Amino acid sequence: MMHWIALPIILPALVAPFIVLAARYHIAIQRVLSTAGVLALIAIAAGLAWQAADGTVTLYRLGDWPAPFGIVLVADRLATMMILLTAVLGLFVLLYAIGSKWDERGRHFHALFQFQMMGLMGAFLTGDLFNLFVFFEVLLIASYGLMIHSGGNRRLRAGVQYVLYNLLGSTLFLFALGAIYAETGTLNMADLAGRVAMIDEGGSVGIRVASVLLLLVFAIKAAVVPLHFWLPSSYANAPGPVAALFAVMTKVGGYAIIRVYTLIFPPDLEITSGLHSVWLLPAAMVTLAIGMIGVLAARKLDRLVAYSVIGSMGMVMIAIALFTQAGIAAALYYIVHSTLAGAALFLIADLARSGRENLDLRAAPMVAGAPLTAGMFFAAAIAMVGLPPLSGFTGKLMILDASINAPLVVWIWATVLIASLISLVGFARAGSTLFWKARAVPPPEGAEPASPPSALSYTAVGGLLALLAALTVLAGPVHRYTTAIAAQLFAPAPYVSTVLETPGKLSIPAEEH
Amino acid sequence: MELLVASAIGILTAAGIYLVQRLRTFPVIIGVSLLTYAVNVFLFASGRLTIAAPPILNDAETYTDPLPQALVLTAIVISFGMTAVVVMMALGAYLGADDDHVNEPAESDPAKRRSQDREDAA
Repeated sequence: MMHWIALPIILPALVAPFIVLAARYHIAIQRVLSTAGVLALIAIAAGLAWQAADGTVTLYRLGDWPAPFGIVLVADRLATMMILLTAVLGLFVLLYAIGSKWDERGRHFHALFQFQMMGLMGAFLTGDLFNLFVFFEVLLIASYGLMIHSGGNRRLRAGVQYVLYNLLGSTLFLFALGAIYAETGTLNMADLAGRVAMIDEGGSVGIRVASVLLLLVFAIKAAVVPLHFWLPSSYANAPGPVAALFAVMTKVGGYAIIRVYTLIFPPDLEITSGLHSVWLLPAAMVTLAIGMIGVLAARKLDRLVAYSVIGSMGMVMIAIALFTQAGIAAALYYIVHSTLAGAALFLIADLARSGRENLDLRAAPMVAGAPLTAGMFFAAAIAMVGLPPLSGFTGKLMILDASINAPLVVWIWATVLIASLISLVGFARAGSTLFWKARAVPPPEGAEPASPPSALSYTAVGGLLALLAALTVLAGPVHRYTTAIAAQLFAPAPYVSTVLETPGKLSIPAEEH
Repeated sequence: MELLVASAIGILTAAGIYLVQRLRTFPVIIGVSLLTYAVNVFLFASGRLTIAAPPILNDAETYTDPLPQALVLTAIVISFGMTAVVVMMALGAYLGADDDHVNEPAESDPAKRRSQDREDAA
């Protein structure tokens, strides 16, 4: 049995307590351990992605109990791509946190960071719905600690709101799981795929309620309108690097929707038909519109970036809601792009804070390091808005191309194109106010010039921007790979048979059946 | 029996949702706790209601589904921990700002907001 699959979860789970117990008062050792942990995570994730690239589905049975009785971890193309993305994002966020000294402004940043990575990895790898809930809670409780890192009244208040909203979401998740278990008697995803397909039209009330509840839960995580209210204030008030790490958390919701609604409730399933096309697609279009209007309306840079994350999630959800192979492939490309672009923008917003009293979109005197920050903002904004030459443009083209045969194609194209224009205006206005007009404002008398952000901070942001550039240059191969992922998702038979037919301990040998 | 359990879940949920909508931290936390109690009973009932049967397969004719009990146990531990976290954070927010509303105050007073910014930066 391949034990490597469990490592992305176990490694951070070991590094975090070690940091707390052994290196509690030594920030330098914590930094080294944390960075080494994330580097090892990238190596493992890359290895797993390499192994899954040819379409093999690898299974890990915890305690060697066979599914559906034991809990399983499953590494297929989709899961390994997501853990690789998370690990790479984690590295740059960690470098920024070290470079900007955010990790010194409160205690246990690195331990919480590792627990957060553990929750994210687990959520992507697990093959069991209840286990997905548990890993959601792991990543959430770490995110509560990170969210209020370094304190402050306003941050605490936003944190309370964030925790309460997510507690309600978790309760809803449990209601959905209870309903699914009552209807089918299993919570293993592969087993559910078979059992749900056997439910006939007459007795499908319970499972239909469960599928809607589950969609609501994942929509809360993905911040789909009208369940997006938690996002702007909590992301805007979180410390810069934490908000950048949170950029991947909305994608966990997107991932869960892709996984559950291709495997358990596939689009051709009679009893849940209409859920995607009638409800999810319009909600996604409204999300995109609201997000980009929010970009235009925002009066602070951090809120502007938070709204652009909502808007980009709307774009992802439009592509997901098509539920065609091309749609999912485009959505996955856009997920990679918007995670990196959103994280870069949150880090740049934090860079722009140095030397300023706040991030209000008003002209303030030039600060040290502003030209480089402005250049990076320019590049990241181009990527997020989706102008050529960066990857937002290619991603948007893929989504427009995938939706060409959809019944609502006119609406989708109109929403995507108009929303892009609105966000372009919003970002251009913000950039010119923050960076351009700064030259016109003389610095106040006798003010001490603020020191520019450290080189390591710039390296971290530059690394994210370089990844965006690479994603653009390699758009062809990446899109071919996401298409292969989508193909695997729409042919789940190997996934199901790998999970259910691999024998574990106490299994009856095949010949005795 | 079924009526009793079902109405208990319903009443707990209704009371929880009402309290959550009060939008001040204390009632909201009580409301969330009621909701988690409701969901615990709901999970418990999802394995069917069986009285006086062991939660394990043995020679007896009837048995109780053991899995929901394990799920409830996990859910109880998690919700307990989460509630503890939110109580601490809500206390901190209340003591810091002398205000227990969950929503952020309207940003109508720019001068007050800037002084808050300076306080946060310090």
